[in-house]
Amino acid sequence: MRSGSGITAESVAFSFDGTTYHGQRGDTLAAALIANGVQLVARSFKLHRPRGIMAAGVEEASALVTVGSGAHGEPNVRASDVYLYPGLVARSQNAWPSLRRDIGAVNSLAAALIPAGFYYKTFFGPPSRWMLYERFIRRAAGLGQPPRLPDPDHYGHRSAFCDVLVVGAGPAGLNAALAATLAGKRVILIEQDVLPGGTLLREDVTINGAPGAHWAQYVVARILEAGGRVLTRTTATGYWDDNFVTAVERRVEPGQPGTGEAQVSWRLRCGEVVLATGAIERPLVFVNNDLPGVMLAGAVRELALRHGVVPGRRAVIATSHDEAYRTAFALAALGVDIVAILDSRADPAGPVIAVARARFTVLTDARPLRAWRRGMAMAGLEAQVGGTRQSFAIDCLAMSGGSSPVLHLHRQAGGALEFDAARGAFLPGAGRQRHSTLGAAAGVHDLAALLPDATVVDPLGAGTPPAPGPVWRDEAPGKAFVDFQNDVTTADLALAQREGYVSVEHTKRYTTLGMGTDQGKTGAMVALAQIADLRALPLPDTGLTTFRAPYTPVTLGAFAGPMRGDHAAPLRRLALANAHDALGALWVPAGAWMRPRAYPHQGESLGVASLREARMVRANVGVVDVSSLAKFEIAGPDALTLVAAVCATPVAKLAVGRGRYTVMLREDGMVMDDGTLWRLEETRWLLTSSTGGAARMARHLTYVADVLLGHPRAAVVDLGEHWAGLALAGPAAAHVLAGLTGAPVPAHMGLDAAHLAGVPVRILAASYSGERAFEVHVRRDQAAPVFAALVEAARAAGGGVYGLDAMDHLRVEKGHVVIGAEADGRTTPADLGMAGMLRKTGGYVGWQGLTRPALADAATRRQLVGLTALDAGAIAEGAMLVAREGAEPVGHVTTAAPRVAGEGAIALGLLLNGAARHGDRLLAWSPTRHSTVPVEVGPPLFFDPEGARYRD
Amino acid sequence: MLLIPCPHCGPRNQEEFAYERTLDSVVRLDDAPDVALSALYTRANLRGDDHEIWTHAQGCGQWLRLTRHRMTHAIHSVEPL
Repeated sequence: MRSGSGITAESVAFSFDGTTYHGQRGDTLAAALIANGVQLVARSFKLHRPRGIMAAGVEEASALVTVGSGAHGEPNVRASDVYLYPGLVARSQNAWPSLRRDIGAVNSLAAALIPAGFYYKTFFGPPSRWMLYERFIRRAAGLGQPPRLPDPDHYGHRSAFCDVLVVGAGPAGLNAALAATLAGKRVILIEQDVLPGGTLLREDVTINGAPGAHWAQYVVARILEAGGRVLTRTTATGYWDDNFVTAVERRVEPGQPGTGEAQVSWRLRCGEVVLATGAIERPLVFVNNDLPGVMLAGAVRELALRHGVVPGRRAVIATSHDEAYRTAFALAALGVDIVAILDSRADPAGPVIAVARARFTVLTDARPLRAWRRGMAMAGLEAQVGGTRQSFAIDCLAMSGGSSPVLHLHRQAGGALEFDAARGAFLPGAGRQRHSTLGAAAGVHDLAALLPDATVVDPLGAGTPPAPGPVWRDEAPGKAFVDFQNDVTTADLALAQREGYVSVEHTKRYTTLGMGTDQGKTGAMVALAQIADLRALPLPDTGLTTFRAPYTPVTLGAFAGPMRGDHAAPLRRLALANAHDALGALWVPAGAWMRPRAYPHQGESLGVASLREARMVRANVGVVDVSSLAKFEIAGPDALTLVAAVCATPVAKLAVGRGRYTVMLREDGMVMDDGTLWRLEETRWLLTSSTGGAARMARHLTYVADVLLGHPRAAVVDLGEHWAGLALAGPAAAHVLAGLTGAPVPAHMGLDAAHLAGVPVRILAASYSGERAFEVHVRRDQAAPVFAALVEAARAAGGGVYGLDAMDHLRVEKGHVVIGAEADGRTTPADLGMAGMLRKTGGYVGWQGLTRPALADAATRRQLVGLTALDAGAIAEGAMLVAREGAEPVGHVTTAAPRVAGEGAIALGLLLNGAARHGDRLLAWSPTRHSTVPVEVGPPLFFDPEGARYRD
Repeated sequence: MLLIPCPHCGPRNQEEFAYERTLDSVVRLDDAPDVALSALYTRANLRGDDHEIWTHAQGCGQWLRLTRHRMTHAIHSVEPL
């Protein structure tokens, strides 16, 4: 039974690579594995080198494992960042067939063949060849596999405000949070660990008479009592503008099935932010510094004091400053043989050194050169001690090459950095937002200085601030790592320099330095020191790569939160949705709306049903729900001014009671939307536009009114939700409608008020199908009886309802465009054959854009054409128009349809210089759909070219 | 995420607002074509304050003029348009 500041006596069973072990409640997986004698836990990313556990927190670079099974599996979990729960199942990654006998380890032998920039140098060629390479590269180098099953976990989103956000519940953070809470401020304290205390969990100190870890618990209790909020197991992942901090709270451990929310993503708007994020210890650089058994000194201390675990029986401590000496005492107290303390300083002095010299062998001007292993375990170390080389038979090396303040959030907030040469570290400079930095993150390690009002008893004393370890100058042959996760060695850095990737940003991308999931938390500063040495520059002059959010990897589910599945986007149901369901509608999403696609009879396919419906309209009459179209009423003395600014067609002479087709342009002259414009009264207009563009048009109208026209005396009301619209089309439409209203129907492009099924309606005589047609607008809540009456009357006349696909077939035959298909944001009115409709005097949005010289050359414009299939095959939508398969495309198919009047397949397309190519033959070629159909180009009009059918 | 003080609604999260464009890229209806096209395609992007048009799309719907620093994002003023 082990004891420590962070564990209880409760035994917890878990498994690793199929073997069951036992740890204690409060253990990390890393601690429990080491306690069970498991040192080899991973294979490295590129070289498949054996790796163990190096760190004690989120900075762990090597010991990545997959935790959980099936859909709950989570890859690339740091073994030091997952806490044991009963039944935890962990597996090693990137090793086959097993961790011990990993075939990929041949990469290590062939390492000379895969230097930095290997991929860039080797895999040249056309993209098609790269696709092949990529498959092998991905198999050879990699991390864990994500589960293929849908994520069964629930994720939450929360927003909160506070006066003071404190990030980090170490001594500095606890103290600041308590002070702010007692001062009456709204305080949130967040801590990524499960326990508060930070370094107090791994140091043998007492505060106000209590062990450090107990004091931390006591302070948390006081903060909560005073009304503060404490979120443990919560990581601040990003610091954004205006003191906005995002954080992710883990409510269950990785791979742990649970009820409720597995993770909560917090969005915190903060009055001020106190960053007490601590510091991360750096490794030393020497050959084989990545062996299992080589660990950071602070991590070893944490294993010993927090978990009661020792990683070996014979240990050497290698350091460049006082702090790591504490590890020697912690290990010795647990019975570990401290073979030597190697101190790179020539003449260290001070109380800690003195005490250490009395108990241990302290060697000065001493540093590791090369470690070696027997089997998969560390077996020895060669060190430079003064002018001589000494070897030690050991199974554990605790190293410390200085300390890097965690400045990620400070930098993300825009804070400045100041380089401290003595520490070899960047310290936080002036902040840009309202934030400050405390504790080790600000370079202050001395507990007594951090807690001036407390009585701190530290038997070993504070010691000198951390100082950087020596630069590696190839004193021994072999691989010396600076980035353990991405297998970047000092040789790779030197190669990058030799090959001209001098800037640190280039070095990073060429060698993949700091590009792993750990983002180089341990090694970045070590690498910078190496680069500075190679370039003979002071370290700060080498530059620093950007600190990007998130600080630690975030599960995608946490970003999505509850917004997945049906909650991913709002769903809009038509007022008449139930009536359509009763008619057997098949639904299709159209923008945010669900619209009836067709009403298939029993056993009828969608295609057959749609064609039947379309032919019914051509032959008799049909009813279609067009309620989702955007509808705006524009009224007021200046309404004409606004309408004229938005619509590119002539409007001023439109008579009251009449309407016309119109297009609206973007400023670059491209068609933004189209619809119909109706003059209800002299100063009152109705504008309809596309379903998908409704929100954009609403915004555009207010932009033109408020920004361009400076608040004209005209009101814009969005009536899209208020009015249902039902279109009645077909040769029998006029007769059917007149029978229902008992009044004469309006002439084509005329409008009228009427009563239908006892309900007041507005009738607009506009045709989209090419047949005589009417849109009946009715208040949404009164639409049901009107729809029922229309359907019944249409059926009595031999017609019925039709859906979106039939509507599409009908309009393709007439060459009417759809926003998003033919008008795809790259087409001008001229491209669509509408140049003649435009207002000659300009004055509308987009008129200047149309004067761009680039638009004048027809040879470079894709223009609307009609395409007729020359064989029986259906034309694939999106197919390229080519002279022969594989040739450069000269256009594409925008919408395909069967002929309604007649047989065969037709389509609309956009074709370079298309208006001049009528009669040409091309191929509609879609390699992805294995479809090639010969087509003949013609005008985009396949039926009733004179328009005789829709006129009165 | 910016905190934008809407003159009507008070300070609100940026996600309630929609960015429209910088003021110097507004194309007036009576601008000559060369002026309009230069506003659209050849604008300067100098360090310093920018005048921007936003709308409180998920709030009051008001069009706003923000003065915001191009580098620090600091918002100096917000006025209704």
